[in-house]
Amino acid sequence: MEIYRAHVLVCKGTGCTASGSENVMDAFQKEIDKRGLSKEVRVVQTGCLGLCELGPNVLIYPEGSYYCRVKAEDIPEIVEEHLVKGRIVERLLYKEHLTEERLRALTDIDFYKKQKRIALRNCGLINPEVIEEYIANDGYKALAKALTQMTPQEVIDEVKKSGLRGRGGGGFPTGNKWQFAANAKGDIKYVVCNADEGDPGAFMDRSVLEGDPHSVLEAMEIAGYAIGASEGYIYVRAEYPIAVKRLEIAINQAREHGLLGKNILGTGFNFDIFLRLGSGAFVCGEETALLASIEGRRGEPRPRPPFPANEGLWGKPTIINNVETYANIPEIILKGADWFASIGTEKSKGTKVFAVGGKINNTGLVEIPMGTTLREVIYEIGGGIPNGKKFKAVQTGGPSGGCIPAALLDMPIEYDTLVQAGSMMGSGGMIVMDEDNCMVDIAKFFLTFTQDESCGKCPPCRIGTKRMLEILERITNGEGKEGDIELLENLAKSIKASALCGLGQTAPNPVLSTIRYFRDEYEAHIKEKRCPAGACKALIHYEVVADKCRGCGLCVKVCPTGAISGERKQPHVIDQDKCIKCNSCFDRCPFGAITKA
Amino acid sequence: MAVIKSIEELEKIREQAKDLINLRKDNETKTRVVVGMATCGIAAGARQTMLAILDELKKRNVENVIVTETGCIGLCKFEPLVDVIKPDQPKVTYVNVNEEKARQIVVKHIINNQIIDDWVIPNI
Amino acid sequence: MEMVTLTIDGQKVEVPKDSTVLEAAHKANIRIPTLCFLKGINEIGACRMCVVEVKGGKALQAACVLPVSEGMEVITNSPAVRESRKVTLELLLSDHNLECPTCVRNLNCELQKLSEELGIKSIRYPGEKHAPRYDDFSPSIVRDASKCILCRRCVSACHKVQGVGVISPNHRGFNTVIAPVFDLSLAEVACVNCGQCIMACPVGALKEKDDTDRVWQALADPEKHVIVQTAPAIRVSLGEEFGEGMGAIVTKKLPAALRRLGFDKVFDTDFSADLTIMEEGSEFLERLQHGGKLPLITSCSPGWIKFCEHYYPELLDNLSTCKSPQQMFGAVAKTYYAEKMGIDPSKIFVVSIMPCTAKKFEAQRPEMNSSGYQDVDVALTTRELSRMLKEAGIDLSKLPDEEFDDPLGISTGAAAIFGATGGVMEAALRTVYEVVTGKELQNIDFTEVRGVEGIKEATIDIDGTKVNVAVAHGLANARKVLDRVKNGEANYHFIEIMCCPGGCVGGGGQPILNAEERWAKDYREVRGNAIYEVDRSMKLRKSHENPAVQTLYKEFLGKPLSEKSHHLLHTHYTKRPLYPEV
Repeated sequence: MEIYRAHVLVCKGTGCTASGSENVMDAFQKEIDKRGLSKEVRVVQTGCLGLCELGPNVLIYPEGSYYCRVKAEDIPEIVEEHLVKGRIVERLLYKEHLTEERLRALTDIDFYKKQKRIALRNCGLINPEVIEEYIANDGYKALAKALTQMTPQEVIDEVKKSGLRGRGGGGFPTGNKWQFAANAKGDIKYVVCNADEGDPGAFMDRSVLEGDPHSVLEAMEIAGYAIGASEGYIYVRAEYPIAVKRLEIAINQAREHGLLGKNILGTGFNFDIFLRLGSGAFVCGEETALLASIEGRRGEPRPRPPFPANEGLWGKPTIINNVETYANIPEIILKGADWFASIGTEKSKGTKVFAVGGKINNTGLVEIPMGTTLREVIYEIGGGIPNGKKFKAVQTGGPSGGCIPAALLDMPIEYDTLVQAGSMMGSGGMIVMDEDNCMVDIAKFFLTFTQDESCGKCPPCRIGTKRMLEILERITNGEGKEGDIELLENLAKSIKASALCGLGQTAPNPVLSTIRYFRDEYEAHIKEKRCPAGACKALIHYEVVADKCRGCGLCVKVCPTGAISGERKQPHVIDQDKCIKCNSCFDRCPFGAITKA
Repeated sequence: MAVIKSIEELEKIREQAKDLINLRKDNETKTRVVVGMATCGIAAGARQTMLAILDELKKRNVENVIVTETGCIGLCKFEPLVDVIKPDQPKVTYVNVNEEKARQIVVKHIINNQIIDDWVIPNI
Repeated sequence: MEMVTLTIDGQKVEVPKDSTVLEAAHKANIRIPTLCFLKGINEIGACRMCVVEVKGGKALQAACVLPVSEGMEVITNSPAVRESRKVTLELLLSDHNLECPTCVRNLNCELQKLSEELGIKSIRYPGEKHAPRYDDFSPSIVRDASKCILCRRCVSACHKVQGVGVISPNHRGFNTVIAPVFDLSLAEVACVNCGQCIMACPVGALKEKDDTDRVWQALADPEKHVIVQTAPAIRVSLGEEFGEGMGAIVTKKLPAALRRLGFDKVFDTDFSADLTIMEEGSEFLERLQHGGKLPLITSCSPGWIKFCEHYYPELLDNLSTCKSPQQMFGAVAKTYYAEKMGIDPSKIFVVSIMPCTAKKFEAQRPEMNSSGYQDVDVALTTRELSRMLKEAGIDLSKLPDEEFDDPLGISTGAAAIFGATGGVMEAALRTVYEVVTGKELQNIDFTEVRGVEGIKEATIDIDGTKVNVAVAHGLANARKVLDRVKNGEANYHFIEIMCCPGGCVGGGGQPILNAEERWAKDYREVRGNAIYEVDRSMKLRKSHENPAVQTLYKEFLGKPLSEKSHHLLHTHYTKRPLYPEV
């Protein structure tokens, strides 16, 4: 094996691929070949580094220099300066938002300082398409340990003791789930991985699959050993082509190395894993719907009990965990339940990965110990709210979650605290909202999503969410009526109690939590026909403040509908009939002469 | 690709594969070898020096060493210059390091912890 | 069986371990409202009407799919439960076409009944309704999506009972619609027109194609000689529409009612059922004795025929070439009867009263015109006849007993049992045995082919020849038998297949029973038993003894399988595609 003096790691996750990391990687390889450095410097593709906002991201070791927004044109310079002359190219280095100070090493920056990477331990470190790199970083060591030094029950006990809870939604204790499946009678059992991540803006699982597919395979094998299964299925969204490709490569490599198949590591344990592609129905992330879809039926939930642990795939005992849950397993087996349980809080152990987005500087992927406060995530890791705007709320738990107001920013992130706050952990979406976001509009956004993605099986979800959405549309259109809030609350309560599956039961959460914390905004819409955030188009109009207008004509140029007119150097006027409330003039006016109200 | 038939074989592969990612992990605990690679250094044969260091490290299966390069430090007449920085020890700078010297630095200093005083930069 | 004890509304109930809470409540006489639940067919917990509170549980649970457990405490009528049911029902109503008085299911609608029961006074959540789609391209079945409540009962009936599966949920969420693939019409897919979906529908989203107007017009036309035939199964079901009990026998009320509607002659499909036995029995013997294609499979059930054409075209040669009794009747009426009565066959209008929606499709098959005219002009279902009678103010139960007309109204007990599963087989065996052996059957009751068991098998000794027979009803059961034939796993000589569960007594044109009635009593069994009672009460019980049939052969057809018989009473089949070409 060659020893290289430097490794150039290029992120090939979905985010960076979209911003052009493919070209960046090609350019590096070409430049390095051209300069005859190919024996000294190795170019490696990796999974997500987290700061997707700044992609394409490049890491150069041994220095650990973190370059962002790297373009193919920058490569000759980086190679010449950094790799030949040893001078770091400062202009491309990650710029710390807080201090404007240029930092060099990845681990030095605030974005990473507070993070603890367990599920993401290999993301951005190894080449996900090379099994040896996974093995090199203790890959498949946990499997070996489980198979040779532990009984299946000991594996389950370890997982139980670790306190690991499901990272996909409700937070059910993983070890208990495994225990139920292990106790269930049956010769044939299955292990299923839920990789049908569908919350808007969430990409935790995608990043794990893209950056570290083997950790999921290894965990599923450990689960198979624990419950007595010999087959596993990964249900992954077809919309994740890179993840699918990496999984295919990983499965093939594991098979070729005898790490999947018969008599694994000479222990007599047999296990194989198969991929099933989902095609875009959000509801297929619900476990019983997912199983139906794997079986080739319409992806719709069915009532539980029976739970999958007793009657799952093809009626056989089955465990279903999501990607992130599995990604924790090898570390738990390897480092022990006590180590894992020492991280986090009393009832929420370990770490949680969040996809942070919305009105925040560092959008991207973060993994934090449970118990970290929302404030730490948003301000220290996330770099705060852009453009000096004021924080209003943070939405967690995706369409099943709720909005948490500024008053609760110091709340530690835990399963139970989030539920108490009217939200939930969910799979890890975290959307930050500032003063420009209308909370009624936000509730409408999430309800539009759940309403669209309802499977249509039970009336509370199929019709109930539609009716709630209609009421919200009425309110945001300025047609809200006295009693609408109570109507929403009543309907929400009933849907929560009576919907068939978890998706329906949680669908009203965004509405209930915004009513709980931002009732005044609802009331302003209904009673005063006013949107305090200025976001609901039907409730705002734009006007020129004559005193401030200098008649420069910039607004006239940007107005797409020709709604603004006026003599040069004279105050302009907006024709309200033509105005489509696109906000362009408001953004463009250098004098603040346009108001919206 | 070879089938891994036992835990021992898995460990063997892990040993072999370690170098693949070694460079990316825990670099603060490793010995750093810094080769001066500005125009002056390269002209004096720093590239061959560096390749010799890499080759020797590989031959002797030495871990926890990172080889990196730096620009001109202004002592062009001593090029090729090589710094060896062991964790928690002061930097040692060797001068006029040719391939042969480079290999010996690896064996004596890096592996056996004996500084080769004769080659260390004179106190100027 | 292992029993568990649970508490429902404070009442202790002991039930078998594998029961649901709904079953346990049923046993304790505690009523839990249901809507999507159809015992044994659709138990999916979708409609959320049967929600109950379980102590220790967070959300409400659907009783119809909730397994009981020891010590479980269930509350079925707490304020939360009642409010939840009300909200759910109001939501369903808010998305429902509320044209109740003009709906075919008015007063026989489970949604309407539930609304009344739960005391719905207003709909608090009105809003947009899902897209109305109306599919009336099929000659048999009409789908009205504006009334569909997506309970999936029709889907389960189509998939599970019939093994056909041409309707399923399409799209999702609020746009979900139960429809054939790609929102095609039922007429464009491999639907067999059996109407079991209609029988399962709690509301008016599925109904038969209404042909009563065409009959009213014919009856009002003085130029037309309008005659009617009634299928065997009508006489044990029509009474239910007039308040008689399930399976009430109304054989002699039928002629009285039909005469009052204005039919010129009231005949009986039983006549042509006897004729069918003569032809089909002879065909069986012919095939058995001369190495013809076996097993011979009966061809009376038009749903089954279309099923075979779509799904088992390789077995079309096994089908009897005999037309169904309905079609034989039409062909004879417009030839023999017309000649005998001196009526211009173009003036004869043949109406049939059938327990079946597939008969509508069969009547309009282009090949069904060997008389020179369309053999049967209109096929009405039991339900349509009931509506005509009600419209005409005729109360069936108050009518005197009357007899069918001569000659096409004369029949035997063998014909009557065509209405129940196994009946055609039994009728054929009665005749075949006596024709082959020349001896009189000692016991004419072939009880081994009777009853509601899905598949029945028997071996009959006909003078030393062992004849293996099989009887299947409900197409999902038929599939099992046919697959065994295809795979060479069975050595049958003669198979009877009836499309609908229970045979024609359970046909898709019969009076609709709600889910509760279907749970309380097995209508297949009750109506089937009535059919056998009709048989027992007949003087003649073998088809070959039917004097009118004998006369028909003497005067007109010659003998069974004669050239004239072939021309008028036999048909051929067409392979049909499994999937629509789109």
